[in-house]
Amino acid sequence: MFNEPLAKIIFGRLGWESFPIHEPILLVTFAGVVVLGTAILVLVTKYRLWGYLWTEWFTSVDHKKIGIMYIILGVIMLLRGFADALMMRSQQALAFGANEGYLNAHHYDQVFTAHGTIMIFFVAIPLVVGLINYVMPLQIGARDVAFPFLNNLSFWLTVAGALLVMVSLFVGEFSRAGWLNYVPVSNLQNSPDTGPDYYLWALQIAGIGTTLSGINMVVTIIKMRAPGMTMMKMPIFCWTALCSNVLVVAIFPILTAAFAMLMLDRYVGTDFFTNDLGGNPMMYWNLVWIWGHPEVYVLVLPVFGIYSEITSTFTGKRLFGYSSMVYATVVIAILSFLVWLHHFFTMGSGASVNSFFGIATMVISIPTGAKIFNWLFTMYRGRIRFELPMMWVVAFMLTFTVGGMTGVLLAVPPADFVLHNSLFLVAHFHNVIIGGVVFGLFAGIDYWSPKAFGFKLDPFWGKVHFWGWVIGYWVAWTPIYIVGLMGATRRLRHFDDPAMQPFFIVAAIGALIIAVGIAGFLIQIFVSIRNREKLRDTTGDPWNARTLEWSIASPPPAYNFAHTPVIHDLDAWYDMKNRNASRPTSGFSPIHMPRNTGMGVILSGLALALGFAMVWYMWWLAVLSAVGLLVLSIAHTFNYNRDYFIPADEVTRQEDARTRLLAAGA
Amino acid sequence: MSNTAPEASAPVALDHEAPSFYVLDDHEHHHEPGSSTMLGFWIYLMSDALIFASLFATYGVLSTAYAGGPTPREIFELPLVAVNTAILLISSITYGFAMIAMQEGKLGGTRAWLALTGLLGIAFVGVELYEFSNLIAEGATPQRSAFLSAFFTLVATHGLHVTFGIIWLVVMLVQLGQRGLHPENQRRLMCLSMFWHFLDVIWIGVFTFVYLLGMLR
Repeated sequence: MFNEPLAKIIFGRLGWESFPIHEPILLVTFAGVVVLGTAILVLVTKYRLWGYLWTEWFTSVDHKKIGIMYIILGVIMLLRGFADALMMRSQQALAFGANEGYLNAHHYDQVFTAHGTIMIFFVAIPLVVGLINYVMPLQIGARDVAFPFLNNLSFWLTVAGALLVMVSLFVGEFSRAGWLNYVPVSNLQNSPDTGPDYYLWALQIAGIGTTLSGINMVVTIIKMRAPGMTMMKMPIFCWTALCSNVLVVAIFPILTAAFAMLMLDRYVGTDFFTNDLGGNPMMYWNLVWIWGHPEVYVLVLPVFGIYSEITSTFTGKRLFGYSSMVYATVVIAILSFLVWLHHFFTMGSGASVNSFFGIATMVISIPTGAKIFNWLFTMYRGRIRFELPMMWVVAFMLTFTVGGMTGVLLAVPPADFVLHNSLFLVAHFHNVIIGGVVFGLFAGIDYWSPKAFGFKLDPFWGKVHFWGWVIGYWVAWTPIYIVGLMGATRRLRHFDDPAMQPFFIVAAIGALIIAVGIAGFLIQIFVSIRNREKLRDTTGDPWNARTLEWSIASPPPAYNFAHTPVIHDLDAWYDMKNRNASRPTSGFSPIHMPRNTGMGVILSGLALALGFAMVWYMWWLAVLSAVGLLVLSIAHTFNYNRDYFIPADEVTRQEDARTRLLAAGA
Repeated sequence: MSNTAPEASAPVALDHEAPSFYVLDDHEHHHEPGSSTMLGFWIYLMSDALIFASLFATYGVLSTAYAGGPTPREIFELPLVAVNTAILLISSITYGFAMIAMQEGKLGGTRAWLALTGLLGIAFVGVELYEFSNLIAEGATPQRSAFLSAFFTLVATHGLHVTFGIIWLVVMLVQLGQRGLHPENQRRLMCLSMFWHFLDVIWIGVFTFVYLLGMLR
């Protein structure tokens, strides 16, 4: 080791050639990020916001603030993931015949890998976790989650993972092996570069955060419900959050183990997934898809919960078939473990195994179908108010049903042998993820924003957002279904058959329409903040809703509930309004709350350093940050002073302010 | 952070007709401390069990992928592993005595039993490292075949867990020295106890599934 030049010891394999100065697209992006980043840093410094951000947000253990930070992370990463999508759509629209487009294969492969990885791990998961974090404790009448510090740590670990992916854009390169970093492409001999290592470290770090968050949410739901709230009086969103987080706890360890074995292959030279010395690449596929299929339901179950809450609120009716909805959710959660093999029917596991997994896959459509009918029957003869959240619900039902049906088609093994890895499949999963998960997340953001910020989001720009996404989705993905049936396979950067080009051009136009939708979303947020006084809601219940989170002020005080509510009915807040429950206006006592801590940020920073060091073989930094992680984690346990009381005076002051607001509104 | 289990407190009636919708006297509303932590730790252990399940499954698939290299029968030293198994099982018993001492409020006894448990843990890890070094010296390295990759990874993951358990145990000895049988420390000892016994259970799986079955093959 001492014979090597000093630079090699300090920087590992990082050198000047690791920076992509020959890629104009990356240089322009990098310049943009530097300019934007500097502008933000300057603004934050100019307005002296560092202290505020640190004490009120970064170190906060308040589930509401952590939820909002998760959502901000998800929206930022959505912009990055969508930029990748636009690059792919334009490349595929151009690259026909003699035209090679503007992305070479090396770069294009990184773009589709980064797109999938970012959209699932750093957009969908943070948005889902963020909404659960914000809403679930309020719906069960709790003052925080079970482990507030762990919640903060989970968030920052997710951020560390996201940062590592972003760093790979400008320092070295990202994986080219698809969104699950498939072997054998990601084996050391086929990808000796940093790409798969960036992928593995980013997702291991973020994955630990997600697992911890899953444990936290499950314990919160089981242990911290308000008195009287039995499991079957729990809002449906909490049920779906429970099932989703149970799935998280059950599947993320498998992904961690699979990634750890691939890491050993790449760093230590073991033979788990290699092509020689007895290694078995398909074992990796099996493990990642045992994670991967339930993961679909981790994302979509809470979103089903969002749709249920919204449908019930905007039709003014109790949710149709609440208990069947609960059972359907649980059944989907269980069945989701029995279908992973349908992602590779072509592996050659034989007719009987394929039949089992094919049938199990089709069976899942039964509880899902039951849910669709429950929403329809909730709407039936209801007084439907077509406000933004409800519009998303209707668009979801129309879009998602088609995605579900093409899914059942793919579940038939003989059909799958034809459609495997085709663009038909790609269109199918975008159909369910955009039409299901993404629409639902936007519905949730529109629905709960008045609770989080005290004002509704601007409806005009909200409609631009809505129609951009809905029309854009159909224009972008219908042609992809068609070329998929014509035989186009996925992950190609160039096509020969000119008959397909018109379809790809239409798809690119669709992506541009979605871009209008995304712009509408950003403008909607901006305009709503500017017009917040006009959009202000003082009642705390702007939609005339039915669950507990609407019984308190918007935005809620740090302690959520001055007096813990007592639950008598499934629609607890509707029941309280209906029976004229009077909100106590006096007799407040001090409230026991957890103290903020910067340890989550620090530990995650060290995890980021560890990941970066391991990617670049800077062993000294890796050892240093690993030791730092261990020592600081232990040091943290020597702090026994973790909570404080919000004084009764402070509670009284905040509750009196709400009493006055309510009186002024009435 | 006032947690309220559903049946924790009876609602207080405002008057005789209307049911009450708020807990009005939650001034001293205390839940059993640490009950959330115990459940959370249980769930963590279950998720850890799934990491081991994945490693076991991988071992199951790759356990005959010798690639022309050594087979279990050629390299496993069953007597050594049997002794090591006994060491680990005894350490679970000594941890049990530590918990009994804790429940009786005996700080000295708790610390002594914990220290003994830690020593047994160190002995276990030491024997395991000795076994590994012998294997590597014979050329049975993790890089040699998929079987050996899976073997080393499964056994070493368990060994790494025991090592973390020992570090945790040392931290607990220090914290017991500082604060005695503080409720927080008692809760932590309960969690470490579950962790330690959990590793025992995993080891029984390793011993049976890897070593005994390997010798039979």
